[in-house]
Amino acid sequence: MAQKVIVDPVTRIEGHLKVEVEVEGGKVVDARTSGTLFRGFELILQGRDPRDAQQIVQRICGVCPTGHATAGTLALDDAFGIEPPPNGRIIRNLILGSNYIQSHILHFFHLAALDYVKGPDVPPFTPRYQADYRLPDDINKKAVDNYLEALNMRRKAQEMLAIWGGKMPHVQAIVPGGVTEHPDTQKIAEFKFRLQELIDFIDNVYVPTVKAVAEVYSDWFDIGRGCMNMLAYGGFPLEEGKDHVNKKKFFPSGCYIRGEYRPFDPDKVAEEVKYSWFKDDTGGKKPTEAVVTPDPAKKEAYSWLKAPRYNGNVMEVGPLARMWIMKQKDVVALGEKAFSVMGRHFARAIECSLLAHAMDEWVMQLELGKPVCVPHEIPSEAQGMGLTEAARGALGHWHKVEHQRTAVYNAVVPTTWNASPRDGLNQPGPMEQALIGAPVKDASNPVELVRIVRSFDPCFGCAIHLMTPDKKVIAQYSVD
Amino acid sequence: MPTKLSRREFIRLCAGSAAAISMSGFLAPFMAEAAEAGAPPVIWIQGASCTGCSISLLNTVHPSIQDVLLKVISLRYHPNVMAAAGDLAIQEAMYKVARENKGRFFLVVEGSVPTAADGMFCTVGEENGKPITFQKLVQDIGGQAKAILAFGTCSAYGGIPATPPNPTGCKPVADVVKNVPVVNVPGCPPHPDWMVGTIAHVILYGDYPELDEFGRPKMFFSGIVHDNCPRRQYFDNAIFAKNFSDPGCLLEIGCKGPIAHCDATTRPWNGGVNWCIKSGAPCIACTEPQFPGWPMYERLPEMPIAPGITTTIDQVGLVLGGAAVVGIGGHLIGNIATGRVGFKKDEKEGDN
Repeated sequence: MAQKVIVDPVTRIEGHLKVEVEVEGGKVVDARTSGTLFRGFELILQGRDPRDAQQIVQRICGVCPTGHATAGTLALDDAFGIEPPPNGRIIRNLILGSNYIQSHILHFFHLAALDYVKGPDVPPFTPRYQADYRLPDDINKKAVDNYLEALNMRRKAQEMLAIWGGKMPHVQAIVPGGVTEHPDTQKIAEFKFRLQELIDFIDNVYVPTVKAVAEVYSDWFDIGRGCMNMLAYGGFPLEEGKDHVNKKKFFPSGCYIRGEYRPFDPDKVAEEVKYSWFKDDTGGKKPTEAVVTPDPAKKEAYSWLKAPRYNGNVMEVGPLARMWIMKQKDVVALGEKAFSVMGRHFARAIECSLLAHAMDEWVMQLELGKPVCVPHEIPSEAQGMGLTEAARGALGHWHKVEHQRTAVYNAVVPTTWNASPRDGLNQPGPMEQALIGAPVKDASNPVELVRIVRSFDPCFGCAIHLMTPDKKVIAQYSVD
Repeated sequence: MPTKLSRREFIRLCAGSAAAISMSGFLAPFMAEAAEAGAPPVIWIQGASCTGCSISLLNTVHPSIQDVLLKVISLRYHPNVMAAAGDLAIQEAMYKVARENKGRFFLVVEGSVPTAADGMFCTVGEENGKPITFQKLVQDIGGQAKAILAFGTCSAYGGIPATPPNPTGCKPVADVVKNVPVVNVPGCPPHPDWMVGTIAHVILYGDYPELDEFGRPKMFFSGIVHDNCPRRQYFDNAIFAKNFSDPGCLLEIGCKGPIAHCDATTRPWNGGVNWCIKSGAPCIACTEPQFPGWPMYERLPEMPIAPGITTTIDQVGLVLGGAAVVGIGGHLIGNIATGRVGFKKDEKEGDN
């Protein structure tokens, strides 16, 4: 007889998430993930000055606002037919890269690590699940010290970001056409000084701590496989050019489907709604055509997340996908074990190091006194697409402008891919697939479930444009 | 270590220009002392929010976040920080703590409160198989608190989620809980000093600081960005930026500095490295009750474009609504009449 286990709220993630699984014989046999907050950003944007979008969409998420600022402004650049000068491109990369560093450090040390490391016996580290904390005392103590040191480090990464972005969270300096901040030697020096310190921390503390935890918890390389299909839109452009799908980027775009690498084609992204609270005729559409009609009474539905699919395939996005598509040697060397809870933590740490070292080169490519931005005019009718890689994975914004105002806005975000519900073919989403088959030793201390969920670094503030009222019918609700 | 810090000294420390980025560094020893003497616990909850306020709190420099978390406050519930999850979190770390410290603990609310559809747009846990709405949580837990600290523009005034058409019926915390004092610390997000400084005040004095008519602590929100703007000279000389990244006053490309109550001019962000206007970006007035009810990159309506070339400033008040804005209109006219007018402090708070 299957036992239902519910974790609500799942803490130490961004946003509001509920996980519901059925456990039989100590294993998960079914899983459903639901977000529990809806704010309606697309509705708020309609009718506004299109340029406001890049400020408003940042407020989708305070952990990764720069991802949304980047995708939002790329969509505006695309719609306005403009392109930032090299300084603008580089500064945007430095802003987004700084956010990756802060986000990855925060995720491992402050969101995920307490599932493996026993914190001090004071609030907020207590109460906690009775878990199989296995680290030897000395390593555990060191990991707790690193937890505290990592707080300083992530703060310095935010400072690095603010040098170019104005402030963080919610950057002010990213605008259509480039950025507003100009490079000078003082800013470059302040940036490099902090970056060097962070590179030192990443290479000598972050990566080794992940490896030490992975060694002791090595069975977690076999848990949480997921769908094993990987998708990356690509991010951090390294050259100018308006075709931002195919231009050269630090993280290349691409797909890995059933064991084969393929090029990425944005036309193959579609959103399905069979198990989401939307009318069925609004499903299976491209993001630009996605005008959703909520249907909270829909019987078989169980989530307000849509189910994005790539040519019908369930796809995982995030650092693991990026490293796999990039064929990063340490990650690829793990083979099938890369597709796992520990594989995701490992890929994230490796990525953080690669990116930090690259940023050290990019900052030196800035040319003092050269422009950082080009002027723009708002066209009366236009359409724009902004594809990038947020810290948590592939992020796309689609923006339709009519009468110089926002007419349609749609953001397909990393967590919508990863935490999506089942689709028209009844294929569970990546996180659900990762949960199904996982062991649960003690249903009253389901630490296994939160370990799997947190390995994806989910962000429900981002994922939920339309939320779950826990199957309750909200008859009054409509989007007219 | 001095054992008593008068309220007057405290306000000076927080609001004084010497404060800059390290104001709260002075406070750490006093706060640690208060904590040792059994300072009240803090419960931090999130509703229709983006977690940005919490992330901003983590950026505090002095005292360090380690000190804040481990020495200064007893943080019993925080969705992003706490070890627990699920029922364990809700029952043990929230309801039990509130029960045992009734009338004594402080509740921090991040995010506004969705009230449409019986609050079902935001649920934060379950009890007996039924979802707990954020609205109910704010009312239940908030009703037992000594005071509620509404951190961020969303919880203080509704913010982004409450922007028309306000799809989820979001309300500010003060509209949902009526029987408990609410301190508004707006900002999208608030500067960490504003949050730590407000927490420090309530812990040290068991009481909240003096507030303006919008419930904001005067020690942080009585000045206006435009008054001390580093680009003020451009405004006075009628040199205006036409495009992003241009030199000049940013008014024409949307700057809301003239209506923004915020001390970022003397309290830069993220360890003091930068702030909005310093980075060349127009202020979006994220600390104001009406945020984001205006186009961010369009010029404030009916504003003087330069000293001497003024228009019907009263209309600013009509367009944007709110007594403060009319006051600011008056302030601008004052500026125009007398040239550059400095920042006037509340006389009760000292003269520096």
